[in-house]
Amino acid sequence: MSAEATTMTMAAALNASLRASMERDSQVLLMGEDIGKLGGVFRITEGLQKDFGEHRVIDTPLAESGIVGTAIGLAVSGYRPVVEIQFDAFVYPAYDQIVTQLAKLHSRTGGTQPLPVTIRIPYGGGIGSPEHHSESPEAVFGHHAGLRLMTASDPHSAYWVMQEAIRSDDPVIVFEPKRRYWMRGEVDTEAAEPLGAARILAEGTDVTLVTYGPLTPVAQTVVTQAAELGISVELVDLLSLNPLGLDLLEESVKRTGRLVIGHEAPTFLGMGAELSARMVERAFYHLEAPIARVGGFHLPYPPSRMEEHYLPDLDRLLDAVEDVMTH
Amino acid sequence: MTQTVSTETEMVQALDAEGNRTPCPEYEDALSTLSADDMRRMYEDMVLLRRFDTQATALQRQGELGLWPPSLGQEAAQIGLGQALRPQDFVFASYREHGVAFARGLQPADLLGVFRGTSHGGWDPQKHRFHTYAIVIGTQTLHATGYAMGMNLQGRVGNQNPERDVATVTCFGDGATSQGDVSEALTFAGAYNAPVLFYCQNNQWAISEPVHTQTSADLYRRGEGFGVPGVRVDGNDVLACWAVAQQALDRVRSAAGPFFIEAYTYRRGPHTTADDPTKYRSGAEVEAWERRDPILRMQRYLHREGIIDEAYETELEERGEQFAAEVREACKAMPDPAPEEMFSHAYREPHPLVEEEKESYLAYLAALDEEADR
Repeated sequence: MSAEATTMTMAAALNASLRASMERDSQVLLMGEDIGKLGGVFRITEGLQKDFGEHRVIDTPLAESGIVGTAIGLAVSGYRPVVEIQFDAFVYPAYDQIVTQLAKLHSRTGGTQPLPVTIRIPYGGGIGSPEHHSESPEAVFGHHAGLRLMTASDPHSAYWVMQEAIRSDDPVIVFEPKRRYWMRGEVDTEAAEPLGAARILAEGTDVTLVTYGPLTPVAQTVVTQAAELGISVELVDLLSLNPLGLDLLEESVKRTGRLVIGHEAPTFLGMGAELSARMVERAFYHLEAPIARVGGFHLPYPPSRMEEHYLPDLDRLLDAVEDVMTH
Repeated sequence: MTQTVSTETEMVQALDAEGNRTPCPEYEDALSTLSADDMRRMYEDMVLLRRFDTQATALQRQGELGLWPPSLGQEAAQIGLGQALRPQDFVFASYREHGVAFARGLQPADLLGVFRGTSHGGWDPQKHRFHTYAIVIGTQTLHATGYAMGMNLQGRVGNQNPERDVATVTCFGDGATSQGDVSEALTFAGAYNAPVLFYCQNNQWAISEPVHTQTSADLYRRGEGFGVPGVRVDGNDVLACWAVAQQALDRVRSAAGPFFIEAYTYRRGPHTTADDPTKYRSGAEVEAWERRDPILRMQRYLHREGIIDEAYETELEERGEQFAAEVREACKAMPDPAPEEMFSHAYREPHPLVEEEKESYLAYLAALDEEADR
């Protein structure tokens, strides 16, 4: 970390990143429900309307398809809109605009029309919310070519993922791990090195554990607990979910020979299914155990008094790590 | 329930079905600015659009196009709007707006390629100020509204400069009005006072569903609850369509707010060449609308006014045939794109998976070629 590193929450890091983007580029606009005076329900945009004005931090009607659809039009008119979807499952009314329009317009226009739209989605569970406030829809969007998907696992990565997303000339969905908004950490706003699509957070030799977003802090505890059991876990943290940082993961799996994949989203047809298939294709002869996936069940997200049973936690991840070590 | 033809008094009209010039209060000033050349050009464009559309339908029957959505019967609604547009205006339309597309400088091959399957669009929306055809109906109304919001933010409306102030237009049909996106577009347009014109061609049919399946209310009043006023125009009267569109565009560019036009017309052909309208509507209904033909009406008027004559008609017909021949040629000359083309524009910035799949597939094709050569 350079002299610029300061300790802040992920929410503050995202706010600082949005502010820096708006200062750098006058074409950056923020749009969403309650993002102005209130600063968003999670306060990520706090103070930005006051400083940049109502024309650059735009409170919108409560219509997600309308928000994304008009953001597309604003992008065509030369802006670089950053859209906030209030909660993960509120994105579905905008699903059509995202997948039939936003994802495909660059291709449809023969590569002539850039669509630099960023969609911010607070995602994941663990905050005791009612239905539709705790889902992880990343795989739903991963299937659609034309979109880039990113996430973050700590304040520093949140700052830089948002920078990269807003700079991109492709549409990017940033999945923000809402239960980590209040997590504190060092943020270096002058960091020179790009973080890349994937990064190794802990080096290990026995098993590779790959996670992303809200589960990565849990996985960091898995690394320490496993070490006490004599298991050396290498932790890979994904910051890009499309494209995937497969080369780094492949090298890790070839070193350790074992792979555990964890995410909050349901395992069925989830990111883990893709990661598993890719690693079987790339590292089959290096694998010493079947690949294990730990994730949500094939169920509607449960009422919050049951969510601790639905969400992968330290014990379930550790159990999977121990299990692959028995082979 | 039978389809009724709205009475002519309910909508703005300048020419009746016989081609008689009728009083058109509120629009006479605008109409008085039209020269004989202007009106001849409207007529020509309608005739050439119909010739193009007939030719495209034939090309589909010959297997040159996978599908074609004919514009037959809607020429006045499209050309009237097209000629009212100024160069700086921007249009977001759906897939049947061939007349508007030509008015924005698109070439027959641009439109035919979409239905031949060589491209999903492929033209530069900024160059033509005409976005690619939207196939998911209604989606484009939000894009237009967002673009118009951008014009507001950039101060490109309301400068009392009709040569520069930008009007944004979205074209859609009666079927699209049932889509949530159209209601959301009206919501945003009203809330932000977006300088956008909603141009709805009510052609009475959404594939097999008549307009009364979509709504029991008048479509031109659809915007009222959103703060978007509207008017109904005889969509088979090119003079009225031009006048109403021109006035609405100037209103929009002056920053007076969004506006809604319902151009009341009729889709005389099938929804697309894959459709069989005889299964859901009567021949009598189609014949009633043939008597309201937009081209015939303008032709009668221009003859009566001495603006066109038989010699001109003969020459125009020859030009139409020449144009049709060019369309046929352009269509058949369109090569199938090379397979790598499909990998080209999914992303603007490099994407490792797309690169990997492209290389792998091209290598596979090369290996096949090698095998075949052996």
